Amino acid sequence: MSEDYVLELEHIRKEYPGVVALKDVTLQLRRGEVLGLIGENGAGKSTLIKCCSGAVIPTSGKIRVNGKEFDRMTPQLAAENGIAIIYQEFNNVGELSAAENLFLGRPIRKGIVIDRKAMEEEAAKAFAQLQIKINPKELVKNLSVGYQQMIEIAKAIQQNAQVLIMDEPSAPLTTNEVENMFKVVELLRKKGVSIIYISHRLEEIFRLSDRIEVIRDGEYVDTLITPKATVDQLIKMMVGREMTQKYPPRKDCIDHSKVVLELKNVFGNGDRDISFQIHAGEVLGLGGLVGAGRTEIAEVIFGSKPMESGTILLNGKQIHPKSPREAIDLGIALVPEDRKRHGALLTNSIKNNINMPIYERISKLSVIDAGTEKSTAEKYRKEIQIKCPTINQLVKNLSGGNQQKVILGKWLAANSQLIIFDEPTRGIDVGAKYEIYKLINDLVEAGRSVLMISSEMEELIGMSDRIVVLAEREITGELQKEEFNADTIMAYASAIKDKKEAS
Amino acid sequence: MSTLNSKNFLKSNAIWLVFIIEVIIFAIASGGTFIGPNNIINIARQVSYYGIASIGMTFVILIAGIDLSIGSIITIVNVVCAYLMVNMGVNMWIAVIISLALATLIGVLNGGMVASIGIPALIATFASQTIFEGVAYLISGGRPISGYDSNFGIFGRWALGPVPICAIIMVACFAIGSFILNKSFFGRYFYAIGGNEEAAELSGIRVNRIKYLIYALSGLFAGLAGIVLLSRSGSAQSTVGKGLEFDVITCVVLGGVSVNGGVGSMSGVVAGVLIIGSLTNGMILMDVSEYTQMVVKGVVLAVAVGIDCLSKKRQAT
Repeated sequence: MSEDYVLELEHIRKEYPGVVALKDVTLQLRRGEVLGLIGENGAGKSTLIKCCSGAVIPTSGKIRVNGKEFDRMTPQLAAENGIAIIYQEFNNVGELSAAENLFLGRPIRKGIVIDRKAMEEEAAKAFAQLQIKINPKELVKNLSVGYQQMIEIAKAIQQNAQVLIMDEPSAPLTTNEVENMFKVVELLRKKGVSIIYISHRLEEIFRLSDRIEVIRDGEYVDTLITPKATVDQLIKMMVGREMTQKYPPRKDCIDHSKVVLELKNVFGNGDRDISFQIHAGEVLGLGGLVGAGRTEIAEVIFGSKPMESGTILLNGKQIHPKSPREAIDLGIALVPEDRKRHGALLTNSIKNNINMPIYERISKLSVIDAGTEKSTAEKYRKEIQIKCPTINQLVKNLSGGNQQKVILGKWLAANSQLIIFDEPTRGIDVGAKYEIYKLINDLVEAGRSVLMISSEMEELIGMSDRIVVLAEREITGELQKEEFNADTIMAYASAIKDKKEAS
Repeated sequence: MSTLNSKNFLKSNAIWLVFIIEVIIFAIASGGTFIGPNNIINIARQVSYYGIASIGMTFVILIAGIDLSIGSIITIVNVVCAYLMVNMGVNMWIAVIISLALATLIGVLNGGMVASIGIPALIATFASQTIFEGVAYLISGGRPISGYDSNFGIFGRWALGPVPICAIIMVACFAIGSFILNKSFFGRYFYAIGGNEEAAELSGIRVNRIKYLIYALSGLFAGLAGIVLLSRSGSAQSTVGKGLEFDVITCVVLGGVSVNGGVGSMSGVVAGVLIIGSLTNGMILMDVSEYTQMVVKGVVLAVAVGIDCLSKKRQAT
């Protein structure tokens, strides 16, 4: 019966032009339980919770809160019905005090004057209830991330939230802060608050949740009772296939006699003394932690950031690209990490995107050869299977995977010999990932070279022929294919710290 | 599918519908005078100079920029061209070429401030607006300059049969503008930069060079507008261009060019120019006071930008 459930989502479907984000997802949340929600990147977790908050309007499906049925939520409706979401980014105002933030938008007043004292007293009570020690007078910008999150939670509880949805709450926190957050979650559960807890970290899910729901590629997979579930089982459900099939096979295509790119003692953009080689037909993986200086070196090679000293050789010839234009004309391409900001021209058509680097090559006296423009776009649309009704479609209406293909198409049109991928599959759904990997294989099998930056260990190991690891802006290690091992890579990625501690 | 198409058709041509309704209203209100041949020729002459200036402005707004200096460019071209012809006895054509070169140079200066130094376009072009208004005053001493070559009438006074030559110049300029936007790679670059400057740079567009080009073109088209205006008025005044950038920006934005950049078409701007031109003319015909005209034009600008922003907001969800 539906009284058992505080929140029910039934057969939620969400379509965007050209892509289905949610195919059919059902979720049931019991009173006073913690429900872990897991799935790979792009499985549809964020879209699903946005349907609960009213930020996304489902194409079809029902949302039921305490038995009341809705076709869609609005932010007001969600608040009235006691649904609150703690996003990874907080809605706090740094320049206001903790108490003022708690009552943001609905301050306690005495006549027309804001009653600061009453707010501070109420805030102190609210914080004490959650057993958190925050001085209500403290400005929020002076508080740690953990406490800022606590204020968000306190705000939700203050507003009588019965359903609390937490999206990767532990991601920005330190280990201690995570422990504190767990305590608060336990406390809330005892008070009868229902919680949907989204996390990539399975150990957290196991520790906190009563039940675990798995979604994959926008579809409901299963819901398990936590004590009966195992890690292997969950991973299999999330991925939906054996790990060994995840990376398409590649022919042996490395030409060791031909060095395409060589960096010798390159300094610049914050990186120090970077030296490595890439051969024709090779995928060189660039590993390391976020902030290790991988994107930075890519920017130097691509000419978008200046080199301070050192030598870059392309096919044995010294180069020094000072702008992306120069790099592109030399045959270097960059598929950037932030696809929407740096990669694709979202408000332009597929045709224009693909031709963008070569317009001057296909124009005479600045007049574009419209035939070539069209045939080039059609050629790469077919070759790399960009799924779209026409090449005149705007890129913003494509799915992430297809946007990535458009960017790749652009560089193929420009006849690039060295293609740098910065996090090639970030935010791309599983099926499309596999296609991107196949395209990378096609590139190297055709004799091109790839430099691939990846923070996904599996992807790095699965796709690279050789891996160079950076830490704190320097190279700390290089691994040949037979030496690939996640632990070794992690060790190199944190190598400099160890050295410092040792000395 | 067909309902979708007709909806799109209506949406993309709504601006022309507005124009037609406007013409009908004025035609009835003026008892037919408004659509009489004399008045139509009159409107053609009146819109020609800001029609010409609106082409450069279209490019500027397409890359999410703004050019407030074109009023002053029009003024300085008036003063310099007249000064060269009257006070220095320079040949008419040479005076025109020098004036246009000066206008282009001011545009390049704007481009430099925006692209190389990074001053926000609003402030950079506002600065040059003030500077060149002052310079025009210094050259003329505030006195009108008149009495130049009667052949100079070709740009603004003469007509080919019933068609004013200035209207022909405007149509030619619109054709050039449309060609640049649709057939040359520069147009693709303008849309790309307006859509996302960073991604455009990383796709191999030398964004700074294009910005120089665009502000230079804005200067050049404004200069040409200045020549037409000088020819029409018969005397160069140091206040002639004041506030003209406002009319031109209104035309462009009304024509559907998004102030956020990346969206717009030349044909829309033509409609925008015709709407503002006939609105001004109609109001003068109806004896509406100058101050009321200001109110109406201000409202039109706010509504035009408002519609653009609202449709963007709706797209976001």
